This record gives sequence, structure tokens and C-alpha cells, in this order.
Amino acid sequence: MAMNKTFSVNGETVVIAIDDPDMPLLYLLRDNLALHGPRFGCGLGQCGACTVHIDGAAVRSCVTPLSKLGPVNKIVTLEGLGTVDNPHPVQSAFIAEQAAQCGYCINGMIMESAAFLAKTKAPTEAAIKDALANNLCRCGTHARIIRAVKRASTML
Amino acid sequence: MNTQPSLSRREILVGGGALIVAFSLLPDAPSFAQGAVGPKPLALTEVDSYLSINVDGIATIYSGKVDLGTGICTALAQIAADELDLPMRSVKIVQGDTDLTPNQGTTWGSLSIQIGGAQIRQAAAAARRALVDEAALKLGAKPEDLRVADGVIKAPNGEALTYGALIGGKNFSITLDPKKPVPTKNPKDFALVGKPVPRLDIPDKVTGRFTYIQDFRLPGMLHGRAVRPPAIGATLETVNEDSVKDIPGIVKIVREGNFLGVVATSEWAAIKAALALEAKWSNWEGLPDQAKLFDHVRETKIVADEVTGHVGDTAAALAQTGVTRVNAIYDFAINTHGSIGPSCAVAEFREGKLTSWSASQATHNLRTQLAKMFTLPVEDVRCIYIEGSGCYGRNGHEDAAADAALLARSVGKPVRVQWSRADEHGWDPKGPPTLIDLRAAMDGAGEITAWESEFFIPQQTPKGFLVPMVAATLAGLPFDNHIAPGNIFQNSNIPYKFASIQTTCRRLETTPFRPSWIRSPGRMQNTYANECFIDELAALAKVDPIAFRLKYLDPADARGIETLNRVAALARWDSRASPKNDRRSDILVGRGVAYCKYELVRTYVAAVAEVEVNAATGAIRVKKFFVAHDCGQIINPDGLKNQIDGNIIQTVSRTIKEEVKFNRSMVTSLDWKSYPILTFPEVPEIVYDLIDRPNEPPWGAGEPAAAVVPSAISNAVFDATGVRLRSIPYTPDKVKAALGA
Repeated sequence: MAMNKTFSVNGETVVIAIDDPDMPLLYLLRDNLALHGPRFGCGLGQCGACTVHIDGAAVRSCVTPLSKLGPVNKIVTLEGLGTVDNPHPVQSAFIAEQAAQCGYCINGMIMESAAFLAKTKAPTEAAIKDALANNLCRCGTHARIIRAVKRASTML
Repeated sequence: MNTQPSLSRREILVGGGALIVAFSLLPDAPSFAQGAVGPKPLALTEVDSYLSINVDGIATIYSGKVDLGTGICTALAQIAADELDLPMRSVKIVQGDTDLTPNQGTTWGSLSIQIGGAQIRQAAAAARRALVDEAALKLGAKPEDLRVADGVIKAPNGEALTYGALIGGKNFSITLDPKKPVPTKNPKDFALVGKPVPRLDIPDKVTGRFTYIQDFRLPGMLHGRAVRPPAIGATLETVNEDSVKDIPGIVKIVREGNFLGVVATSEWAAIKAALALEAKWSNWEGLPDQAKLFDHVRETKIVADEVTGHVGDTAAALAQTGVTRVNAIYDFAINTHGSIGPSCAVAEFREGKLTSWSASQATHNLRTQLAKMFTLPVEDVRCIYIEGSGCYGRNGHEDAAADAALLARSVGKPVRVQWSRADEHGWDPKGPPTLIDLRAAMDGAGEITAWESEFFIPQQTPKGFLVPMVAATLAGLPFDNHIAPGNIFQNSNIPYKFASIQTTCRRLETTPFRPSWIRSPGRMQNTYANECFIDELAALAKVDPIAFRLKYLDPADARGIETLNRVAALARWDSRASPKNDRRSDILVGRGVAYCKYELVRTYVAAVAEVEVNAATGAIRVKKFFVAHDCGQIINPDGLKNQIDGNIIQTVSRTIKEEVKFNRSMVTSLDWKSYPILTFPEVPEIVYDLIDRPNEPPWGAGEPAAAVVPSAISNAVFDATGVRLRSIPYTPDKVKAALGA
């Protein structure tokens, strides 16, 4: 039986009928809420494309079951971070550095680095690489992504 | 439906008179998309096939070449906008729609700028000339006295006409003659080409506003998943439908031959059902033993020998007394494409006609394949490209399109199929294993007198670049049974002038997995062997590897020589013979060079790799890549750097990490743990020298820099250790074994 559950997504309260509490958050965001930011990459927590913020921490939404979430948990996706007209500094930095090829992994890169930069001021390049070590990019945009995160660190 | 008179606009112009009616009514793209009007022109020789301009002066470019994440839409818009004297904001791109875009061929082979861009430039130049001629008549001025800027044509007296007023909503009706190209803008007048114009798609991509194929939804759409056999050639025996009856939202279990799939109202229900569905399959163990893969390759029946290079008599030169003979065997592992987003497609059958949305790099080919699979007239199939995750060759998108179409036909509703990670790693077509034998002779003076090579590579069946689709194969539906690894013979021949040369592609009847092309197919593996082996010869001759290459390059090929010289300068090349072989520390440091003239006719690239080899662990760290790159006229230098980065980083990954693992039944490397790729801490620094030649034709850049990566690394490892690695990937275990550590 489907049950109504309440979530906080991008500052809004949403009530969704859920028939399986084991469903990963990713599918709620993409299929129920039609968000495009969090992306399906592996469903295994290995690539980072699905990353969102839960209470400020970068979390793999593809392996986070809804049962672990309640109305108090503040879920933020790429869309909630900023918009084209009002981008978050990390998004601005990615535009300034043209840090994307296909851009499919970029959601994860931005969400992971935004959470990282929120707690790490002026990181070294090595620290940025370590922070992104579990986010995969196949197009080979790594160098630009690192530059974008560095640039963002000076804007925050 | 085309009621146009057969006279082209140029003919009307030449004939004089009826100029005012020369532009015929053209519906705008959304009307085409809704099928409300007659077919849009698609012939490669019609300006209207490539572009239209609406009443607001917005140009729509119809590109058969698609953006695979390379930024090609931005580059094509730059070319069109420049030629039309329009700002970037006035150019829109429609890509890869079989009803709207001309068939400019598969988006592959680094040809989107070189071929696609040239065609669009011609159409834009012809359109601009027609607009100026028309304006001249209306304004009573000479065409050469008119000034064009931002889509406004101005006469010396200040009177002006806009493109929108002149052509808006009408056809150009101009035929292009490839034998008589329309004059294009002088490169010195380029306003956009050659500039680092920002990518059109990035703001949307970094804010979640972009729609990838994975985001595309239709009203009433259902979610499907294919349930693949546990062994590639297994037969489906029984299915227990009860095993999923308790999952809410199941619509149908679809079984057709050996094709098994589920359709559900929600994506999560489809995922659960695909995992839970109990099915019994026959055993199948038709794959070779991975431990003896290259024995298997060597023993595979050869169906043809293709000689790609022949100079003099190598057999005689190799048999000469007094020469030093050198042999080497190189191999390159099976690779998966590994897009971060697994393949995805949506399909809908309506009134017997199929519409397929996918990220196929070849929608026109896909249309042919789907029509055959479902026994439909080609006109009843429409394939529409929607960008997916980065595509580096023929991956699983066409297969997902076939899955979606089969499921959609079965349930009579639109169906979306999203492949899982295991589907993608397990079932995308693979870059085939490559085995190369090399032999050379060097005389007493250190001159190479013979170069002989044999490339053991799968055959490319004639005319057959249609990689068979998994669903058609499993379901027993019609398909063209091609073996299609792509043009992997390229760069088997060499750019060097030796006294005798014999290069042969030994075409194999089969290869263990369904093959296809992955970035720089063949060119990269072949260049790997060639550029390592020439390094072996340079070391034998005790000559600096760059000097050795320069000695044998065609002196008339000035651009090649310049590219190699420029990478030497860029890298501050330490001129000496390899190896350095300084083993005083556990961390051994070396540098290696590699050079490639792509397909021996176009883009030149030379690279120097700097590596560290940890003698204790066997780990190779690629620290730095220096790249000199000449692809002629550069359209977008920032986009070019992005492509070079991609080529280098992805191919470093393929060189030191990647290898598809399998047992006798199936691929076993089904995730990123078992098929690791390069991560942030491992990525090299990349330094470029972009050689811009604005007055030369633009050549491709999506692949060539990949071709030099494995050999540059291999040569650097040799320089560092004195040990020659010949089997890719260069994993720590292999390196340790080679070092005898």
C-alpha cells in the first residue's frame, strides 16, 4: 500500500505517495519530482553522478533509501543550489572555467565540491583531488573541474 | 510534397526576372516537428537542408552531426554565425533528427568539423550570398557595396533590410554543387571562428536545466528494463512470472525468443522486477579463456590480408646478413566505452509508425536498423537525437533504442528503457583485443632497412557499420549480421620513410565480443605499437628518440616535422638516447615521445609524457603530458583544449587501468570497482601548444591526441626503467613482473 511521506526538497515541503520505503532517493527526485540535476550513473554509490546534499552533506542519492529520510532532513539538489540567473559560486566557477564536456558527471562534481568547500577554506589542489577522488568523469574534464573548484574557493 | 519548381534559385538569378518569388514558403521547425507540413528538404546538396531563417532573423542550423558532449554544437554555431554575419544568440541548432536533419554520416572519426562543419559553412555562405543579392536588388545597390552585420544588410545610403524581412519563413531553394564550392569568408575577417566562444550548453548543464535523454519523458510513458541472459549465447528456457507479481506497478513481462523484459508504471518497479524476475537459461560457455586471450586471437581464422603499406622487399632486407633483426609483440586489451550515464532510450509506436528518441551517434543508421528489425518502411521510422552522457563511439544507445522499441510495441504505449550499470559494462559493444607483431632490420650503420608489421584485428564486413542490436539478436528479429569494429586499419601504415616497409592487417573471422569503435579505434592501438617499436629501434641505435623520428619523417612533410619540433621545445626535451635507467631510487623517472599523423592524411599530434614508476609497487604515475597539435584552422581554441584533455586523460586510463574481465560465459567486470578508470588524484597535468593555421582547412580533434598516449607512456616507462612493456593495460602487477621486483 502506498503511504504519503513528507520530504523537504530545495526548501519546499513535498508530500509523495510511496509504495516502497526501500526506493532510493534518486528516483523520488527524478521520477516523482522531475528534477534533472541528480543523475543515474551506477546505482551503486561508485561514480557520484547522483550526489545531493542532505543537511549539508554530500550524499549518494542512488543508495539512500527513503526510509532513512524524514521531513526534517533538508534535501538540496543542483537546482536548489542555484539557477542560471542566480547561480551558486561553484556553479559560476564551473561556467567561468567551462568545466564540462558532456556534463553528465558535473552534478556530482558541483554538489561534492560545494559541500567540501563549505567546510574547507582555501584548499590545496591535492585536497581538492582527494575530495573528488570518488567522483568519476569519463570525458576527461578533471583539470578544468579542479580549476573551477579552486576558483570557487576564492569566491565563497 | 515538394511543389517547388525544379529551377534552383541560382538558375532563376542567372535567368533574371522572378527574383522576388525565389524564396519559397518554409514552415518553421516546430511545425516540421509536429508533422503538420510536407517533408523538409534533407538532400546534402540543398541549402534548405542545413539552415532556415525565420521572420525574427533567427537561423536554425540542421546538423546531422550531433553533440556527443564535445561542444560541437557551439563550434558549428560559430561557423554558421560567422559565415552569416549573425551573433551567436541568433543561431539555434537542431541535431540528429531523421525528419529534419540531412544524413551527414555517423558522428565519428573526428569528422564533425572537418566534414559537417564544411557542409554547414557552404550552406551558410550560399545563403548569405543569396540574401545579399536579394537585398541589392531591393535596395537598388550593388552587392559589393552592402554591409552586413547582425543579420542586417545596409546600403551606402543607410537603407537597410533584415534577414528576417528578406527570407523569414521561406525556402532558399539553392542547390549546392560540391564541385563548385561557394566562396567563404576570408579567415582574417572571422569574428567568431578561432575565438574561445563559451559553450552554449554549460549554463544549463551546471544548474540542472539541461534535458539529457535520461531526463526525457512522454505523457503516458511506461518504464522498461531488459533482463539479459547470464551468458551471452544462452537460450531462455522458462520464466516464472509469479516471481514478480507482488511488485506494485508491473504492466507486462515481455518475452520474445531470448529477449526478456519487464514494463512497469514506475522506474523503481521496473528495476525491482528486472532483478527479481526468475528465469531459467541454458548454459553457454563460448568465450575464450581470458588468460589465453591473445593465443585465441592468434589462432583465430584469418579471412583476409590487407596490405596497407608496401615499399621495397622487407623479406629480403630482413634476410640480409650483417643486419640486426628486432622482433616485438604488442597487445592491447578489450575496452568498454564506460559512459558515466548508462544508455537510455524512449520509443513509441503510433498508428504503425515508430518514433525513437535516443543518444545515438547515427540516427539515420539507427532508423535503417529499426526499420529492418520491425519490418517497417524506413519512412515509418523517425529517430530523434537527444544528448546523452559522453559518447566515445558506438556504445549501448542503439541497443537501448531497440529494447525500448520492442517493449513499446509489446505494450502499445511509449516506453523508456534505462540501462543499468551492469547492462552497460556487460552489453555495450567492446573495443576488440588487438595483437600486433613487428619486425625490423638495422644495418651496421644504424639505418633501418626493413619494417614489417602484422595487425591481428577483426574483419570489418563490407558496407557494414551497423553494429547488430542486442534486442534484435535475442528476439530473433531481422538484422544485418555485420562485424563492425570501424576503420581499425587506419594508422597501421607508418609516416616514416624506411628502405623497405610491409604493413599488413590480418583480418580475423571473429572476435570474442560484439565489436565496435571506441575513441580513435585502431588508430590508437596501431599507433601504440608503431610508436613503441620505433622507440625500440631508436634505443637500439642509441639515438635520441625525437632525432630518430625526424631522421625518417618525409622531409616534404613540414607540418609533421614542425609538430614534433614544437613538442620538443614545449617539453624542454632532454636530448639523449633512452633509457635513462637511473635506478638509484625506488621512484624511477622517465620521459617518452610519440608522434602521429592521423590516418596519415590529417591532424598532426606529438606528445611527451613524463612518468614516475614505483619500482616497489609497480605503479605508474603519469605526471605530465606535453602536446603539440596541428588540426589546421582552429574553430574554438578552448573547445580544442577540452578535447585534448579528454583524449589524454581517457587514454591514460585505458593505458594503465582498463581491461574488460570475463569468464567463459559473460563479462564479469560489471561495475567501476571491477573496471576502474582514472581518478582525480591520478590525472596528469596537460600542457599544450596549439598550432593554429587559419588559412588551412579545419581537421578533426576529437580523437587524434588519444592516438599518441599509450606509446608516449610506454616509451617513458622504458626511459625510466630500461624495461619495455608491451601488454596494455600496464597494471602494477604486470609492471612489477616486468621489473623483476
